[in-house]
Amino acid sequence: MSKNEKKFLSLSLMLGLVLGVTQAAGAMHIMEGYLPIGHAVAWGAICLPFLAWGVIRIRRIAANSRKSILLLAMVGAFAFVLSALKIPSVTGSSSHPTGTGLGAILFGAPVMAVLGIIVLLFQAVLLAHGGLTTLGANTFSMAIAGPFVSWGVYALCRKLRINRLVSVFLAAALGDLFTYVVTSFQLGFAHPSVTGGVMGSVAEFMGIFALTQIPLAVIEGILTVVVVMGLETYAKPELREIGYLAKGAA
Amino acid sequence: MKKSTLVILLLLLCVVIAVVPLLTIQNSEFGGADGAAEEAIGTVDPDYEPWAESLIELPGGETESLLFCVQTAIGALLLGGGFGYYIGRYHKEKDAGEKTA
Repeated sequence: MSKNEKKFLSLSLMLGLVLGVTQAAGAMHIMEGYLPIGHAVAWGAICLPFLAWGVIRIRRIAANSRKSILLLAMVGAFAFVLSALKIPSVTGSSSHPTGTGLGAILFGAPVMAVLGIIVLLFQAVLLAHGGLTTLGANTFSMAIAGPFVSWGVYALCRKLRINRLVSVFLAAALGDLFTYVVTSFQLGFAHPSVTGGVMGSVAEFMGIFALTQIPLAVIEGILTVVVVMGLETYAKPELREIGYLAKGAA
Repeated sequence: MKKSTLVILLLLLCVVIAVVPLLTIQNSEFGGADGAAEEAIGTVDPDYEPWAESLIELPGGETESLLFCVQTAIGALLLGGGFGYYIGRYHKEKDAGEKTA
């Protein structure tokens, strides 16, 4: 990490902590106003270092792998499309995939913190979906927790020498599912049930979010695999440049 | 199996996963899961008052679906454009390779 980058990271940490308080943070899947202000601020503050890390990584990509900028825009677009698709599910309600697994697998999780918050801001400001006061919490679940799980699952699967496309599927699907598990916990902490406490409430929200999400996670996994298959055929130079494919591989 | 066949089968599978609940579950409007969560908060924490509201109040479902469509369109445009570029380049390089060979 260069000197400037270090400065930038520490500045963002400080600014984040200060601004996080005044701006009260925001999020995506949790509805506007449904998190107490303390929680909203705390989740926002937690996101800041990840966002700074993501900005540094993106600047690196822009400087060192110019070819891959289009690919970066495409993984952002993928999240944009997928998070706009509200798909009916087995519980009789609808939800949408997150689309963040693809970018996490190709570029690493920190990058998705930045791309994810853009999607969340768009939805919160223009679509009245999610909200600015819950932006921090939603960014944490969709743009940080989910992508980091995808990143980890993918790395683990590759270590275990599992087929690459199967690894991609598992990483994307589990990251998607985990996003909503985190959301359930966030709501559970904010709204403990009178009878069951925090865990009782987490179970309640898990029943709503996570259950609805299972089939959608499968869809997200499949779509991610399809896109990766296409990229493996047509965008080999870029995939090599970002290290997804081995440098020497055909 | 050819790659293209596999892709089509996978996409069909996605459609099936999305359509099956529509056909099997009756009497449901498939409202958003976040709406269901709103109700759940009402039951587990009945005294909670939301303290902020969305910046904009959309007039109705139509405008909302318009905006979601715009979001999808922007994303799909970038995604399709990117793939178009890569595919075009792939074929150009392939042709060039054949000519020199």
